[in-house]
Amino acid sequence: MTWAKRILRVNLTELTTTIEPLNMAWANDYLGGRGLGTKYLLEGMDPKADAMSPENPLIFATGPLTGTMCSTSGRFAVVTKGPLTNMVAASNSGGKFGAELKFAGYDLLIVEGRASTPVYLLILDDTVKIMPAEQYWGTSVWHTEEDIKSVHNDPQIKVASIGVAGEQGVKYACIVNDLHRAAGRSGVGAVMGSKNLKAVAVRGTHGVSVENPKEFMAVVKSSHQLLADDAGRKSLTDYGTSAMVDTLNAFGGLPTKNFQEVSFAGTEKINPQAMVTPNENGHTNLVTNKACFGCTIGCGRIAHIDKNHFSIKERSQYWHASGGLEYETIFAFGPMLCIDDIDALTFASFLMNEHGMDPISFGVTLAAAMELYELGLISKDETDGVELRFGNAEALTIMAEKTGLHEGFGKMLGLGSKLMCEHYGRPELSMSVKGQEFAGYDSRSLQGMGLGYATGNRGACHLRHDTFTEDMEDQTGQGKAQPCKDSQDRIAMIDSTGLCLFTSGAWANSVWSEQVSVACGPEWTSEKLLETGERIWNLERLFNVQAGLRKEDDTLPARMLNTPAPAGIAKGKVAQLDIMLPEYYAARGWSTEGKPTTDTLSRLGIDASMLG
Amino acid sequence: MTLKTLNLDANKCTSCLQCEMACSLEHEGIFSPAFSRIKVFEFEHGKRSIPYTCTQCTEAWCMQACPTDAISINHLLGTKVVDENKCVGCKVCTMACPYGTINYNTRSGKVTKCDLCDGEPKCAEACPTGAITYGVATS
Ligand code: SF4
Repeated sequence: MTWAKRILRVNLTELTTTIEPLNMAWANDYLGGRGLGTKYLLEGMDPKADAMSPENPLIFATGPLTGTMCSTSGRFAVVTKGPLTNMVAASNSGGKFGAELKFAGYDLLIVEGRASTPVYLLILDDTVKIMPAEQYWGTSVWHTEEDIKSVHNDPQIKVASIGVAGEQGVKYACIVNDLHRAAGRSGVGAVMGSKNLKAVAVRGTHGVSVENPKEFMAVVKSSHQLLADDAGRKSLTDYGTSAMVDTLNAFGGLPTKNFQEVSFAGTEKINPQAMVTPNENGHTNLVTNKACFGCTIGCGRIAHIDKNHFSIKERSQYWHASGGLEYETIFAFGPMLCIDDIDALTFASFLMNEHGMDPISFGVTLAAAMELYELGLISKDETDGVELRFGNAEALTIMAEKTGLHEGFGKMLGLGSKLMCEHYGRPELSMSVKGQEFAGYDSRSLQGMGLGYATGNRGACHLRHDTFTEDMEDQTGQGKAQPCKDSQDRIAMIDSTGLCLFTSGAWANSVWSEQVSVACGPEWTSEKLLETGERIWNLERLFNVQAGLRKEDDTLPARMLNTPAPAGIAKGKVAQLDIMLPEYYAARGWSTEGKPTTDTLSRLGIDASMLG
Repeated sequence: MTLKTLNLDANKCTSCLQCEMACSLEHEGIFSPAFSRIKVFEFEHGKRSIPYTCTQCTEAWCMQACPTDAISINHLLGTKVVDENKCVGCKVCTMACPYGTINYNTRSGKVTKCDLCDGEPKCAEACPTGAITYGVATS
């Protein structure tokens, strides 16, 4: 059993900390991570409660395989009700924090209530302390993390913290751990800020034990080998996630200029080749690649900015290396804003980590602001004198900082694209679903991707389903519902194991079954795993229905539904959601109104009375 | 006879800590980097990651310092090995070692150090990038 079988519950209102046994019946139904976190969330709150209220628990959830030698075992999920979508948010992160929480002996950390003054949590195995954090309030993630390690004289402490963005309730504030890994989406950092919780610092020495190390290591070795031999893995190691930039650009699915265009002329200045090519000063962006805990892929990029670049010329504090660009950051800061300055992109990305913000939501919100500005709906007076035009690299770096520090026009950008576009009377310019901004895939050329965005339990998101193969082959809405549903279930399962989604191409379901079985027991067949994924998806949906989700929320922005793609493989096409959505509801066993039926819920062993 | 050694190449290390887990499983029976005899140190936001463990140095300061003769040389492998039955956990060796690679173990109350897993170092086997290899050093 690689569950630690313990949870840590901290109530910040009462200032209490309790260690409780893990509910093993729930673990058996929901595995861990995203799934188990959602079960605890739904049992612990009324989904109608305000995301920023003390009634909303903030749950850090590891999986049964977190902290083992299975490759990519550093994952954990942050589960809570997200302020960006007002629905369930399960944000996944890597780095080393999650494994350390597991080594301290906890499957889950549940933070309830709200502290009256800023605090941080210090967890040293079984010793848990709520510490004052006034000295960190108003400071960055980087400062907080480094100072906590130094104050406690232990560089091995792992820290997850928020920056000013989280403190000030920026709707897409994230929680950053290990300096540049993040539970990035849906505003989980704002929830942490609403609790006056600046950071969680953890050091664990209990470790993780397995029943039969010999058998366990045999499975580990064979799954490592499969991953090592996989071409997709090799591309991730060599290029990170950004190999997609060129593929999508050629295909005509690279969202550009707030989705007004589908390819970008400047890609070769910001693609993986650009990262390793010296510029005119002899400076090369990429320094090295880096792995999260236990990961044998190493897709993370460590980069640095040219010291001569306008953004940091006078600011030597940014001359060091840090987490570099990945695909979504390139999409959101590059093509979306029509900026081809790799140093500006890298600097803005540093700022996202330093101040704790989701680069996707920030970039897509800024893109909408640029469109509004060019339409004359936002004036230069409002933007603190900054020309918010597409292509202006300085606008990107200035606004990234202003949003992170919650200053000037950054406060407006911090609302997210939906509220901002509503404010300016043009809601259709927000490229979002359920309030969460699009990731870097156009849903006219990638139809199944659009269906996944429309039905995503945390709004538009590229990490909740995978219809890429089907989408590349055919640009209609035909036959996309079933693969969308199946991949949603499979990914919900993967997100609950404690391992990383980036292994999914290399590992067939049988490989997942082998790994979970050797850890958790022989009953974890592929069938049980996929059924668990489906159960998790339905439980998330149930949360959202209770929180107020309506069928109308399963939709896409008008630009995807009504404006034909201007070029590329899908030229002249729109997203065929009208074909896909009814098929999808049927494949899910939901009503035509998109509600899980009693039959479906009972089949999955979910209490149907929760439907209300 | 030229002895094989662990060759550590920081340029290849990604800081995945597979080596630390392999080490703790071999010696402690659990996955727990806190008890690994090989350590990976990170610098500047992950710009450099440096794996580091006992070099099995010829001087063997730890062995010389030990008051109970708990440390001896395995001549076949060149390792300096701790006999847990003789070690009283006085920590003198940890002070004598200039490299900081023999450490007090809070689980056992004795000291622990790299013993090359009796000639089959598990860290080298686990390292996915070739940052740790076991062989006769060529340079
Ligand atoms: S296993 Fe290899 S790459 Fe991973 S941390 Fe150890 S030395 Fe570095």
